[in-house]
Amino acid sequence: MPNVKIPTPLIQYTGGKREVEVGGATAGEAIGNLAQEYPDLRQHLYTGDGKLRSFVNVYKGDEDIRYLEGADTEISEGDELSIIPSIAGGRCR
Amino acid sequence: MQTRQPLVQSPNGEVELSNEEIARYSRHLIMPEVALDGQKKLKRARVLTIGAGGLGSPLAMYLAAAGIGTIGIVDFDVVDESNLQRQIIHGTSDLGRPKLESARERIEDINPNVEVETFGEPLSSENAMEIFEDYDVIVDGTDNFPTRYLVNDACVLAGKPNVYGSIFRFEGQASVFYAEEGPCYRCLYPEPPPPGLVPSCAEGGVLGILPGAIGTIQATETVKLILGIGEPLISRLLLYDALSMRFREMKLRKDPNCPVCGENPSVTELIDYQEFCGIPQANAQVDEVPEITVRELSEKLSNGGGVSVLDVREPHEYEVANIGARLIPLGELPERLVELDQDETIAIHCKTGGRSARAVKLLQDAGFQNVFNVKGGITAWSEEIDPSVPKY
Repeated sequence: MPNVKIPTPLIQYTGGKREVEVGGATAGEAIGNLAQEYPDLRQHLYTGDGKLRSFVNVYKGDEDIRYLEGADTEISEGDELSIIPSIAGGRCR
Repeated sequence: MQTRQPLVQSPNGEVELSNEEIARYSRHLIMPEVALDGQKKLKRARVLTIGAGGLGSPLAMYLAAAGIGTIGIVDFDVVDESNLQRQIIHGTSDLGRPKLESARERIEDINPNVEVETFGEPLSSENAMEIFEDYDVIVDGTDNFPTRYLVNDACVLAGKPNVYGSIFRFEGQASVFYAEEGPCYRCLYPEPPPPGLVPSCAEGGVLGILPGAIGTIQATETVKLILGIGEPLISRLLLYDALSMRFREMKLRKDPNCPVCGENPSVTELIDYQEFCGIPQANAQVDEVPEITVRELSEKLSNGGGVSVLDVREPHEYEVANIGARLIPLGELPERLVELDQDETIAIHCKTGGRSARAVKLLQDAGFQNVFNVKGGITAWSEEIDPSVPKY
């Protein structure tokens, strides 16, 4: 099953797991299954109408799925999906 | 040695190095990639850093040491104890001073040949274009989304490269957003997250050394762009994970539909970035819950109570500082509501009031009638009621 890498700001919703194995034949299915397994993640990944939020990017390997087939991007055993959210930190006060 | 057009052209006799400078930069001068011509380019270069904080500290110090001729700094903050764990341009003796002052002193001590230009006001849609105009490279070391989008858009409109760095806990990101040659920040993230959904460093913490790693990457990219050497991080997002000690790299693409740098841009001048990032709504949301000040709470408690205090921070924060309240971390609250008495008056606190506001809302939604958010959290308690409680 493909692995999904969870970024630090979101590991609080995956019980501290930085990598989660999920089922699914496409990137959309895999992320959907992830949100099903960890319901608290859902609102951080999806908008109210079920679209992936625009400040959350999903990569298959090093490619943004937006420039592959989006949610329909096929994934197979051994593929790695990464969720890369925008982070603002820098000049922390 | 050049692999691309340098941002700063050869000075051709306009800039000279003194014997002191030649001795100072000798380790650069003997490298063919820099050499005398490159060092003169660095001297001629004008770099603007946004923020003299975690990222801005190592960045400005290394750029100064490397011989950048003019370093501009935008910051309006003063040095606070909680900065010293990572903002190494400021020292303990600088506490309470404007960051611009201590940064200037430190830079001038490292390299008196550097001209420091300071801007002691928040970067805004009104001043950004004018400030950026005189600089070759803009380096983004900010801590909030409105300023990040502002820096990005102003760089696109002004045609300047934006050397980007961002940090959270043990993870960092770096890239060079240069719309003339590749994608901008908006191609990557068209919109910011709604306020409150992504924790800030102030809420989530950051390893003090992390900005050192990311800030020096930003400094390296800045110098490479000026000299026109190597491969810049244009069209690449570098991810750094200090815990696993791994670097990864993601490909970035220019979005033809990007609202700022795309083919038909809808953003052709700077906008209201607070509104764009939904900031006013966030405040309104927090204001909705009933509040109690630390003074009112303190009086109630010394008048025999009638109020029970609930702390919704994490156990490791409780260990650092607490006021003896009962601890139920916000994340566990939904399943532990049964432990609370609906008939009691409950005052909820966290560190500064953000998480506790969410907890108040949660209890209200569960039918609790008398729940109050302790305004300013344990930080306000420490400042106004009991200074023996440490501030963290």
